[in-house]
Amino acid sequence: MHHAFRMITFQALAIAASAVAMTVVAVESRAAPASSAAVVHIDNFTFNQPVLTVHPGATVTWVNDDDIPHTVVDENGSFRSKVLDTGDRFSFTFAKAGQFEYFCSIHPHMTGKIIVKA
Amino acid sequence: MFDDQRGARREFLKCMAWAGTGALFAFEGGVAGSIGLDAAIAAPKAPPAVPPFTFVQLSDSHIGFNKPPNADARATFAEAIAKVKALPIRPDFIIHTGDVSQLSRDDEFDDADQMLKSTGLPVFFIPGEHDMLDADGGKGFLARFGKGSKGAGWYSFDHRGVHFVALVNVADLKPGGMGNLGPEQLKWLKADLDARSSSTPVVVFAHIPLWTVYADWGWGTDDAAEALSLLRRFGSVTVLNGHIHQIAQKVEGRIAFHTARSTAFPQPAPGTAPSPGPLKVAADQLPGMLGITDALFVRGKDRIALIDSTLAA
Repeated sequence: MHHAFRMITFQALAIAASAVAMTVVAVESRAAPASSAAVVHIDNFTFNQPVLTVHPGATVTWVNDDDIPHTVVDENGSFRSKVLDTGDRFSFTFAKAGQFEYFCSIHPHMTGKIIVKA
Repeated sequence: MFDDQRGARREFLKCMAWAGTGALFAFEGGVAGSIGLDAAIAAPKAPPAVPPFTFVQLSDSHIGFNKPPNADARATFAEAIAKVKALPIRPDFIIHTGDVSQLSRDDEFDDADQMLKSTGLPVFFIPGEHDMLDADGGKGFLARFGKGSKGAGWYSFDHRGVHFVALVNVADLKPGGMGNLGPEQLKWLKADLDARSSSTPVVVFAHIPLWTVYADWGWGTDDAAEALSLLRRFGSVTVLNGHIHQIAQKVEGRIAFHTARSTAFPQPAPGTAPSPGPLKVAADQLPGMLGITDALFVRGKDRIALIDSTLAA
């Protein structure tokens, strides 16, 4: 009973946290539309900005803050990092508009999306 | 044969004594009946005596891992190897159910290889996702540990009347998904099993569990149901997995599922932490959360007995 309660609490917190995170992302992308660089942190087996909007020409850098290796792989093959150990980074410059869905090929339940639009 | 079994049982009891704090799972099954029936149809004589034997499962050695709670996964793997060498019954072979290495580096594979070779026992490998991280997606692992295997590293072999099937569910993983066997491997599995009678005991091993332990963390295999449907007609099926660094078990019909401990670091129980990252336990607690699995096969009444013991025991 105690266990079940703890899990529900955790899920509620996670939902609340992701709602906050999504709001922040939305606000940031409106507030700073011209940013040419963005960082996605990998922590606790998640991409901390699961949906990130940038302008064409922006460079996105992923940083692995986990103590387990991860990768960043575009589903359609336009980018694919080598394995990123703790502290390793991978950058990719998005030249053209479009949507890029990516995942960690080691832990495929980890997914994210980059939206590139002018 | 009865005497053989008595002897095996005595040895088995010794094992239990040795296992100490380890958990013991012994499965009763309807195997004897089907064997007796087959033998009776084939020839009116006693079924051939298959001597008891043991094999050891090692898993998730993560050679190269050096972060909390384990600064040296090589050292804890060496302890596990020492335990294997000290077993009261010398196992016929070892299976390693994947994540041999942390980062698929050649020196990590080599260190694991050298330590395993020191046992003098044959070792059968399947890759974990950490063994597929080289630029060629697993070629380094296959070149060293996958000789004679098919596809991404799957194969089967027979040992003293038991059919062993090694499956790979860490290759070509799909976005948003869990473990994956893929149509090519499933086709091969069907042909491989079609050639065996239902009375053949089967042991299947794969890295990621072949049943869904916890979908939110990807702890399952998307197309496992297809593989399991091919296995249901067999009288005794034992599925041995790793990946989740803790013991989990389930019996479904005549299929017994079991996951082994890691020799490197424990992971949290499903849903008890924000992520499946290493469980950062205190140094004095670590040995009690790492371990090996010893499997005893006695042809007859009992299913395979799996004896888990920790590095603390």
